[in-house]
Amino acid sequence: MLSFTSADYSAILLSLKVAVTATLLSLPFGFATAYLMTYRKFRGRILLDVCVNLPLTLPPVVVGYLLLLLLGRNGWIGKMVLQPLGINLIFTWKAAVIATAVVGFPLMVRSIRTGMETIDERLIQASRTLGAGLFDSIFTVVLPLSMRGLIAGSILMFARGLGEFGATIIVAGNIPGVTQTIPLAIYEYVSSPRGDVMAMALCLVSIAISVVVLLFHEWLSARMVRTD
Amino acid sequence: MELRVGLRKSYGTFFLDADFAINGERIGIFGPSGSGKSTLVSLIAGLHHPDSGLIVLDGETLFDSRQRLDVRAERRRISMVFQRPHLFPHLSVKGNLLYGYKRCAHRHREIILDSVVEVLGIENLLDRGVKNLSGGEKQRVAIGRAVLSNPRLLVMDEPLSALDDTLKFQIIPFLKNTCRVFEIPYLFISHSLLEMRIMTDQLLTIAEGRIAEETTAEALARARMGGSPEGYTNLLRLAAPRRIDGFYGYRWGDQELFVSAGSDEPEALFELSSTDIILFKRHPEATSARNLLKCRVVDVFEAGSRVGVELECGGQRLIGQVVSQAALELHLVKGSEVYAAIKAAAFNKLG
Repeated sequence: MLSFTSADYSAILLSLKVAVTATLLSLPFGFATAYLMTYRKFRGRILLDVCVNLPLTLPPVVVGYLLLLLLGRNGWIGKMVLQPLGINLIFTWKAAVIATAVVGFPLMVRSIRTGMETIDERLIQASRTLGAGLFDSIFTVVLPLSMRGLIAGSILMFARGLGEFGATIIVAGNIPGVTQTIPLAIYEYVSSPRGDVMAMALCLVSIAISVVVLLFHEWLSARMVRTD
Repeated sequence: MELRVGLRKSYGTFFLDADFAINGERIGIFGPSGSGKSTLVSLIAGLHHPDSGLIVLDGETLFDSRQRLDVRAERRRISMVFQRPHLFPHLSVKGNLLYGYKRCAHRHREIILDSVVEVLGIENLLDRGVKNLSGGEKQRVAIGRAVLSNPRLLVMDEPLSALDDTLKFQIIPFLKNTCRVFEIPYLFISHSLLEMRIMTDQLLTIAEGRIAEETTAEALARARMGGSPEGYTNLLRLAAPRRIDGFYGYRWGDQELFVSAGSDEPEALFELSSTDIILFKRHPEATSARNLLKCRVVDVFEAGSRVGVELECGGQRLIGQVVSQAALELHLVKGSEVYAAIKAAAFNKLG
């Protein structure tokens, strides 16, 4: 009979917690970035596009290392912002959230953008001539009509977050019960003698969560189609 | 409504340079596709920004490049009806109708939901979603939504061109009635002269990004009749039909007109081409045409290679056309009497 250790349970919970937090944290930024890239013409738009999509093409380890350089004690943000405020992110679960958010962000933005691009610009113009200011128009027209993209993006990012490994291990380490998520725990089991069974058990948990998430997405999509 | 505009805007190779001042309630902007009509009104509504110039509406400056003044679209109180309804798909009919109303300052809220719903005949649609409405219903809701924002000017950018003819002439009475009942001045944009004649009193024609002339749709229709194979289209609003021997008889002034393609609707709009009116100097004892009207010539005017004749028949007006030779033979001069023969099949019901 399989029995998970408390470290295994905390790895499962931590995985869920990190993926959910990273997704929720990214939603407003993802929406704002997608809006800027879809509707606004400004200098540096291409640069923003490249920066947002870079984590998609870079090896996650590189992203993790860059985050470490940025957020570490001697990094720009670490030294200028975090230290004066007495915040230490590196090797905490919060660092795992940041790593997951950065790596999954391009997926979220892409999904929201795809949704936004299908919104007829005349609807936004109509709202403006009806007296809605820019933000009013964004919240009452763009946001509700981007809902499908927002949901798809969130689910994609959450799923990606569950599997995040490379960036997390660099900025958050692999501390059982503190920063160890499912992939990190599997990695540790696989590297240790006689860890195969437990690795497989955690793999099954991973698969189960993914299946539930995908089924939830399907159900939500079907429900939205029915509401239409 | 008093509108003063002097605007310049370039889009790639297209250049809009529009200067005009106009005072009226039912103004048309007429021109072919690509002439700059939509660009002009989107600048007036504040949806796009001119390169330079001035927009003054009822004494209030909405845009002035010299003073760097540019009132935002949502503050201009100019609402729009577009070619397609563009209803908010996530809102109900009522939600759509009230979108602008809720954003309108209390002091401007003179037009209220109930009265608009009644004029547009959409009482039974209020709680429905907008996706399953018919084309005509959608456009009526779009008109209601624009009107309920209590605008000081309504801009209608080709609101009928996406509708088929039947639907178009069903929507026109709603459009006209709504603007008349609620006294909303409007700019009506179209490339259809017929729509212009029904909807507007004054007309600005636009060509290649410039205002070509200020005229009326009626004058333009007369000026163009010579060059058109269909001639001039007389529009007759006929009411109170009665069936007689396979025809419909309609009261028209102090006489009755016989129409083949009539209907039992209490009132209908018919078109009659000037080329379908045959003139006789004297009463032709018998004719196959079911309508023979005694008329007085009110005006005779040049219409290209033809001669246009404005006739007064029993208190109503008709425009006919003849070739120059016929005008001479008939002695068509102001005040002379003629008989106009019109076949019952020549009347075409609109809508």
